[in-house]
Amino acid sequence: MMCRIGAIKSKNPVQPSMALRLMLPQQEGHDNSGFAMVMQDLYGVFGLYKDKPLLSMACTQQGGHLVEEYMDAHRFVKMSEWLPVPDKRKGLNIQTMPYYIFRTYDYPEYVTDPDEREALLLDTRLALRQMLTETGQGYIYSFWPDVLTLKEVGDPMDIATYFHLWDDNGCLVAKNIIVQSRQNTNYEIIRYAAHPFFLQGYTLCANGENTFYTKNKEFQSSLFRGYIGFESDSQTFLYTLHYVLHELKWPIPYYKHVITPLPFSEIEHREDKDVLLSIRQSLAHLEINGPNTIIAGLPDGRMMTCCDSKKLRPVVVGGDENTVAIASEVCGINEILPDRDTSKDIYPDEREIVVIDNDLEVKRWKQ
Amino acid sequence: METVKVQDVAVDDLPWTIEYHSERCTLCGSCLASCTFGAIKPVVRRQSVTVSEGNQPKPAHRQIARTIIEQVASFANACRGCGMCERVCPNHAIRPVRNPDNRRTLLSRDSGPIKRGGRTNLNAQRTLDKIIVGRISQMTDPSLDAQRHTFDMRAPLGRVLSARELPFSMTDGHITMTHKAPPVRWIYPLIFSDMSIGALSTRAWEAVAMATAYLNERCNIPIRMSSGEGGMPVKLLESEHLKYFIIQIASGHFGWNRIVKALPRMKVDPAAILIKIGQGAKPGDGGLLQAEKVAPHVQAIRGVPKATLSSPPNHQGLYSIEESVQKMHLSLNAAFGFRVPVAIKCAASSTSVSVYNNLLRDPYKICGGLFLDGIQGGTGAANEVSLDHTGHPIVSKIRDCYLAAVRQGLQGQIPLYGGGGIGLTGNAAADAFKMICLGANGVFCGKILIQLLGCVGNEHGRCNSCNTGKCPTGICTQDPRLVKRLDVDRGAQKIVDYVLAFDSEMKKLMAPIGNSSLPVGRSDALVSTDKAIADKLGIQYVC
Ligand code: SF4
Ligand code: SF4
Repeated sequence: MMCRIGAIKSKNPVQPSMALRLMLPQQEGHDNSGFAMVMQDLYGVFGLYKDKPLLSMACTQQGGHLVEEYMDAHRFVKMSEWLPVPDKRKGLNIQTMPYYIFRTYDYPEYVTDPDEREALLLDTRLALRQMLTETGQGYIYSFWPDVLTLKEVGDPMDIATYFHLWDDNGCLVAKNIIVQSRQNTNYEIIRYAAHPFFLQGYTLCANGENTFYTKNKEFQSSLFRGYIGFESDSQTFLYTLHYVLHELKWPIPYYKHVITPLPFSEIEHREDKDVLLSIRQSLAHLEINGPNTIIAGLPDGRMMTCCDSKKLRPVVVGGDENTVAIASEVCGINEILPDRDTSKDIYPDEREIVVIDNDLEVKRWKQ
Repeated sequence: METVKVQDVAVDDLPWTIEYHSERCTLCGSCLASCTFGAIKPVVRRQSVTVSEGNQPKPAHRQIARTIIEQVASFANACRGCGMCERVCPNHAIRPVRNPDNRRTLLSRDSGPIKRGGRTNLNAQRTLDKIIVGRISQMTDPSLDAQRHTFDMRAPLGRVLSARELPFSMTDGHITMTHKAPPVRWIYPLIFSDMSIGALSTRAWEAVAMATAYLNERCNIPIRMSSGEGGMPVKLLESEHLKYFIIQIASGHFGWNRIVKALPRMKVDPAAILIKIGQGAKPGDGGLLQAEKVAPHVQAIRGVPKATLSSPPNHQGLYSIEESVQKMHLSLNAAFGFRVPVAIKCAASSTSVSVYNNLLRDPYKICGGLFLDGIQGGTGAANEVSLDHTGHPIVSKIRDCYLAAVRQGLQGQIPLYGGGGIGLTGNAAADAFKMICLGANGVFCGKILIQLLGCVGNEHGRCNSCNTGKCPTGICTQDPRLVKRLDVDRGAQKIVDYVLAFDSEMKKLMAPIGNSSLPVGRSDALVSTDKAIADKLGIQYVC
């Protein structure tokens, strides 16, 4: 799938219009078939509820009822809700759903353990998703504290108009935004196929093609219950990220060793060759091939990016002391951060993984 | 007038008949010397000739006694169609011609079941040719350049643990190993498969071994060769080259005395140990080396007297897979200090998936690979009934095993190697590539190696006389005069050239689907023009 991806990480909370401006100049790279973003570390209307799980969904009226019933039955307590008031002017290129619901809940009183809570949020999202899919009544995008997901099919600029994202009205504000404008070549336009994808605090979008999709998918399907859907070949990147970091608890640089392992001829000469070979052979089915760039957000708010082992798809990181942006093309960053020192822009190479931590310090690891 | 004796074997009962042109024949005798089967003989026949020898036409009619070449009408000496006579005849006076009306299968069981070598002649169907690499990178993503990009063409051999089982510990953001994991070798995805010294002439075996060493040391292609049942020369066991070899142990345990004795003097570990349970060409039929081929050096290597050597169809004392794992795997693993992968080779069968599942679930985690051998594999000697009527095609079997592992999330833990018909039409790279996309980690092949050395046998009843000790190409015989026919160096060179071409062709297939490492299980890259095959293998049907 060809699309354009980007991310903004800022010390000062920013509004979605900035993400839109990041994507606008990159427009030639996509066909305006959709727009999606995940916001994390929220201020604005959700600023008060940072520790409460936030449900992001698009549904019919009946879908809304089904979800409410389910949440009540499972003793989730509704805390707050934000319903965007849409701009229904004529001529917008957008395929809307009747309702967009963003709602925070308090955990049921019977779960207090953090790990159990994580598991419960995932199981709840999966159950809601299954229910809405079976009934055809809507889509659940994320259910996690301090994370909001908005996705729709149509022209990104019109989608922004519809949701008043140009207005900078202070409702949706966040320190981290990961965003995608899509070019959909391979699949029918399915809402779940739009990145960024989300799983237990991990957000990821990718630009490219994963030719090892089938083997990734076959392997992941039995690795973890949350690895489902597979509507897009890029979902596999998220699941591998989640598996390596969350399930195996390996340090971040090993993600790169899993998805684009070093050639055997190079591993041979490494001091840690036993480790690298073990990883390569045990997770051979998580290797990716094909041209790719990945931008991901981690549960603690850090962001990372890397690209395929031949650097067939580019990515660039640039910023100033308050804001760092990542984008497929540098023109996007020029738009939002024209005054930054461009000599400090980073074009990660095929062996690199770049992590931006919460005080915007950039760490680069060579594989 | 002669009496018609219909019970006598006549030349036209034989599978091949000789086409002989006496007028071109100069009676040089080359064909007679070349024919190892005694299928032709010189005879003196009365002939009427008309000649005119003077300046003026003056035809004279004469009866003369003349020597000609004639075919022997017996199944023991039947022409095998090997074409050696045709090769050596300077005057194109003789050649074998296939006889479609022959009565071989009816008439040649006088002394029991028909025995022969070679391969199946009935089940040579080509599933792989109905599969196409159909998912080509066009527009959506760049394909790679077979010349420019680097390709990581390596396959694992050894027990691979799941990521959670790896003995890892974390210190300052780095992973270290707390202890060793089972040995895994990353080798070339093509293995020269088990043809023993004994089945092959020592020189033929050497030619394959030389090619193996050359490819490793000069071409950076880490290809491995399996010894076959029957041991290896002690010199090789004690040399640095041992690392390129997979030592096979089969039910006869031939040669293992020497191997065990050589253990303390081994400088390097072998690549792997391969326990042979069965062979695709003749499942259920044990190994067979007829006395004709048990020459003194074979007796020495195997530690046996001159006699027909039959390996039992089963490993004695193995009553179940679990037991096999315990006894053989454990003892062989232990013998080599758990430093050498121990794999197992079975004939493909309807039960292969259960076998694979059992191995995958084995709690000791010591099975380092499953080699599945299909019905189109080769053999030095077998009962024809086994060759033609027993066995199982390999393509769907590899797929079934792979998918069984996928269902349990265990794919890749016990590497799968498929053989038996790889390169049947000479195109081993295409075959290997498709097998890999269907789930094999690699393939093994034997017949094409000896065909490269000069073997003329094929799936249509040509030659296949490997059991007789009379191999016309010197490959499958211990007769020193015949072995001389084989030029070891040129033979090895042929194999090397073929593998180099194989390597380039594999890249030519990996590049357009955009892969720089082996596309194991990438069934999405394949399509089939045959609906039944597409359905069975779970790939796209196209037409
Ligand atoms: S084809 Fe072979 S077996 Fe037949 S006559 Fe010629 S040399 Fe002998
Ligand atoms: S040429 Fe030799 S190896 Fe080949 S089929 Fe004939 S006897 Fe067997």
